[in-house]
Amino acid sequence: MTRTTLRRIPAYVFLSVAVVLSVFPLYFMAVSATNTSNDVVASKLLPGGHLVENFQTLVSSQPLWSASYHSAVNAIATTVLALILCSIAGYAFEIYHSRAKDSVMAFLLLAIMIPFAATMIPLFRLFADLGMVNSTLAVILPLVATPFLILLFRQASRSFPHEIIEAARLDGLGEVSIFARIYLPTMKPTLAAAGVITFLFSWNNFLWPKVILVDNAYQTLPMLLSNMRAGYVTDYGSLMLAVLIVSVPTMVVFLALQRHFAEGVTGAIK
Amino acid sequence: MSAPTAPTEGRAPDAPPQGTKKSRPTRLPKTPLSAIQRRRSLTGWAFIVPAAFIIVLVNFWPMFEALLLSFQTGRGTQLSWADPLLLNYQRLFQDETFRLTLATTFIYLIIQVPIMLVLAMVLANLLNAPWLKYKGFWRTAIFLPCAVGLVSYSLVFRQMFATDGLANDLLINFGILDDPVNWLGQTGTARMVIILGLLWRWTGYNMIFFLAALQNIDRSTLEAARVDGANGFKTFWYVTMPQLKPIILLCAILSTNGTLQMFDESYNLTNGGPGNTTMTVSHYLYNVSFRNSPNFGYAAAISYAILIIVAVLAAIQMKVGDKRD
Repeated sequence: MTRTTLRRIPAYVFLSVAVVLSVFPLYFMAVSATNTSNDVVASKLLPGGHLVENFQTLVSSQPLWSASYHSAVNAIATTVLALILCSIAGYAFEIYHSRAKDSVMAFLLLAIMIPFAATMIPLFRLFADLGMVNSTLAVILPLVATPFLILLFRQASRSFPHEIIEAARLDGLGEVSIFARIYLPTMKPTLAAAGVITFLFSWNNFLWPKVILVDNAYQTLPMLLSNMRAGYVTDYGSLMLAVLIVSVPTMVVFLALQRHFAEGVTGAIK
Repeated sequence: MSAPTAPTEGRAPDAPPQGTKKSRPTRLPKTPLSAIQRRRSLTGWAFIVPAAFIIVLVNFWPMFEALLLSFQTGRGTQLSWADPLLLNYQRLFQDETFRLTLATTFIYLIIQVPIMLVLAMVLANLLNAPWLKYKGFWRTAIFLPCAVGLVSYSLVFRQMFATDGLANDLLINFGILDDPVNWLGQTGTARMVIILGLLWRWTGYNMIFFLAALQNIDRSTLEAARVDGANGFKTFWYVTMPQLKPIILLCAILSTNGTLQMFDESYNLTNGGPGNTTMTVSHYLYNVSFRNSPNFGYAAAISYAILIIVAVLAAIQMKVGDKRD
């Protein structure tokens, strides 16, 4: 072995330890979902054959389908709305750039610094006054427009050639069509990054849904998990299965789109 | 350096710098806009207004409302102006639980954020090494915890650190412990478990930001340092680090902000226990707002304390990060 190879061994060891520590809790979650409650407590680290049994216990004791449905509707609606609202705003801040719009952007960016804790109670009171407690709109509205996503799209628009827009205008295309048919198709990496960020955040969001969805019939998956914990379930196998079920969609979305995510982050911080 | 969240590179020269320096732009003589230009400008505004309206409605307006609310007292919806007006804030200073939860939150912040940022920086540099093989594998695996929800991982950690859980079994098997430890039943160890959880969940997230920033660094500056005879560490410290400052600042501010608002772990992993000693200030805020008889006025005062602390810490970090050396 050459000297350089030897020097690289500690790096590989360090990375391996980091990977094991990162993946191990997830592995434990996954194998526990296939084991009986007793096996989980006995720290069995091999997959067992009780997946179906745990699933039956889970479905019969918890409103899994209803919570999955509400989580899916909330996350998808949030993601679609956020992509539309923020991409068009980010595009406008760059393409129709003016000094006044820069000031508005600078002002909107201040919202990043406002902790959710400081807005939670008035938001709850607002939706309560409007009779919108338990409504989907109340759950998703605080997440659909964020200065961060607008910034992401504005930065991505920087590299979009203005000549193409001029050419499209000469061809008689309207401003909305230029955005929708020429600009958006070139923004797939940014859309993917913004989509992943929003979907993951909405799917995993806990505090706000817990506050605004007062009726348990509307509970989302993280709320269901939390209620299982508070109910002192003794069946740890089905509890870990529930955690696994909640985690699978976000992991799939993340793994499928992670390349775009890295590109999107790179674009945003450039 | 301008505010890290608003990179201004490549911007038209007349644009005002966003963030720290806000000088009034000198008025240039206006050339009259043509009808087409005016219509386009209006189109631009029309594209911006929906998102801007929602941001104002769900961030700025409630922030203002919370300030008014913090001067009121009463239970539930029966609210009246407090007498004296600062009553809720006075109560804040005598509230033992508030002080305890604030101290706990700061313990999490001071221990977890520096360790996480250093770890993330080391990992990002390793992943950025040109000789490293299977880059995609390492990156994906280390970033994977970020795909798991906060409630989900809280429950997994709760399970692993139960008295009859995996952590005790492994440590006893390896001969490190003789008897099982009640991790979540003692203040020190319960706080440690929360910090371990935070490190597990967020290190990869910050690593991705650092990695993206490292890949944007101008290679010629690194070459120049090498030609001048700087070794690996010197190159990193004097050439790479200054260029990473904005992103480190951004990550530090985001992490500080996140830790001060931490709720899910406190609520689900330890449920604040034992005896409120692992409870975060946001968890306490939730309890005051929505447990038993809600006291919105006092809760708003707590939320303003959080807001002020976040703002002050961000200002300090920007000041420190902005210092030229």
